[in-house]
Amino acid sequence: MSRRIFVGVFEHEADVIEAAGASREHGFEFVDAYTPYAVHGLDRAMGLERSWLPWACLGLGAAGLGFATWLQFWTMTVAWPINVGGRPWNSLPAFVPVMFELTVLCAGVGVVITFVIARRLGPGRTPEIPNIRVTDDRFVLVLDAGASDPRVVRRVFEHCHAVTIEERDVEDRR
Amino acid sequence: MSEHAASLRAPLIMGAKSIGQVTDDVCAPMEGRPTALWWGAFVVSFSVLLAGVAAVSYQIAVGIGTWGVNRTVGWSIAITNFVFWIGIGHAGTLISAILFLLRQRWRTSVNRAAEAMTIFAVICAAIFPLIHMGRPWFAYWVFPLPNTRGSLWVNFKSPLLWDVFAISTYFTISAVFWYVGLLPDLATVRDRIKDGARRKVFAFFSLGWNGSYRTWHHYESVYLLLAALATPLVVSVHSIVSFDFATSLIPGWHTTIFPPYFVAGAIFSGMAMVLTLMIIARKTMRLEDYVTVRHVEIMAKLVLTTGSIVGLAYATEFFIAAYSDNPYEQFVFINRAFGPFAWAYWTMVSCNVIAPQLFWFKRVRTNLAAVFVLSLFVNVGMWFERFVLIVTSLHRDYLPSSWADYTPTVIELVTLAGSFGLFFTCFLLFCRFLPVIAIGEVKAVVAHDRRALGGRG
Repeated sequence: MSRRIFVGVFEHEADVIEAAGASREHGFEFVDAYTPYAVHGLDRAMGLERSWLPWACLGLGAAGLGFATWLQFWTMTVAWPINVGGRPWNSLPAFVPVMFELTVLCAGVGVVITFVIARRLGPGRTPEIPNIRVTDDRFVLVLDAGASDPRVVRRVFEHCHAVTIEERDVEDRR
Repeated sequence: MSEHAASLRAPLIMGAKSIGQVTDDVCAPMEGRPTALWWGAFVVSFSVLLAGVAAVSYQIAVGIGTWGVNRTVGWSIAITNFVFWIGIGHAGTLISAILFLLRQRWRTSVNRAAEAMTIFAVICAAIFPLIHMGRPWFAYWVFPLPNTRGSLWVNFKSPLLWDVFAISTYFTISAVFWYVGLLPDLATVRDRIKDGARRKVFAFFSLGWNGSYRTWHHYESVYLLLAALATPLVVSVHSIVSFDFATSLIPGWHTTIFPPYFVAGAIFSGMAMVLTLMIIARKTMRLEDYVTVRHVEIMAKLVLTTGSIVGLAYATEFFIAAYSDNPYEQFVFINRAFGPFAWAYWTMVSCNVIAPQLFWFKRVRTNLAAVFVLSLFVNVGMWFERFVLIVTSLHRDYLPSSWADYTPTVIELVTLAGSFGLFFTCFLLFCRFLPVIAIGEVKAVVAHDRRALGGRG
């Protein structure tokens, strides 16, 4: 199934933020925006919710901590206890450095993998780019044309100094 | 008031760039042919690396009897090199993670190169414990892998094992952090190339990045999380390296000051290495508008601060030795400063404590030639710090009958040189094939500068 979209190309970050804010006020439906760098304030203008990745990171870190605690306790006191200089088998303070390192390792690597999967990135993927210059110096705002009046969209985009405004039909992959 | 506002708003990137120009400027060195200077530097570094490979192969074939170590001085320049290289890496993480959390916008011009330096330095460091094992093909025994001998597990109560976990975590997180930062820039480079093998490589590694803002939104979150994780990590790494010494019972090593002293020293030496590399790179790659005198000056101030902390630590060690009234401790420190290795000790003090004090003067901080020379002094001084710390604490122990001298063999010195060859070879290849400056982050700074000057960003 295909759907109709509006693609507005802008030259300045201030314009794309303004256009996103105005589109939201008019009740247009955002598909996405495309920018060469992380534009601050665009998330608020588009009304994006806070990322849920910190929760994933917390969970992964807790898993790493749990694993490190179990691994050290089990190997040092259950599987093969070894007397090292008369120290107790369960020498918890000595296990702290490795517990910390494995927490950081699991949280850090885990959150990146989660991000790559969640955003459908992956080695060798073909990028879907609305305008080849978005990774260089252009800002693009993409709206769903279904529910909005084309004339109103044009007027809003032109008011925000859009360089080009196009209507396109794209494959719907939602 | 208006003067204040003007100085606060002084742009970080010179030349009033548009964001398209940033892409062009940073990608220019990758797209042209390498300069004669690059080739010259590469040939020298690579030759030194090959000499190092030959020396390492020889000592693996013959055994570590090729070193100058003996029963008294059992640890010497292999571990000196290890601690030195790990320390060099620390400035990269300071710039990429700690300064990110502190919202220091100037970091964007140097963070990519500094993070690359971290990764290469950790690789150089990891080589030395591997060789020291004597049988490096059993290196995987340091990991707690199930095996047919029991399973017999590694000893989690040993600081040497903590080191294994600290260094491997540090390397992995640094590499991941660097790659995540590189991702949008790889896509930028990909979209500049029409077709061919180079495009395929960049397309593969850019993971299909398309500048989607929904992705950027999560990306910012991931970057912040990695910075927040890397910050305590970098402090833990050199603390754990210092535990290798501090948890022993050797006078001169057995002190509680070691973790903060090692961390400050690591950032000190790493900053000096960043200055050495960036002063050359900005000139040879025509990045003067991005890495400005202001950047160099800020880093020189960081060298001064950490250098003074290191100086304070040297003084504290002496004070505690005197104050403790422990004759063994006192002997070690008097021997360190006035014994057979006094030359090494005073080289260290001159390079690390006295030389950086010149950075109190703005004229020195803003003179690039002077900063470059002083950064080399710090590099030399910090190598000697580890050498002094390790060898002088060991060579005259409790029994005068077992006192010994130590002279490094040619094999050890060539291995040290080879590690520098590896480091510079990696860095030169990085400069040639990847964007040396974080394009995406610099664009945000350029837009910020222009808004501050009343433009539309």
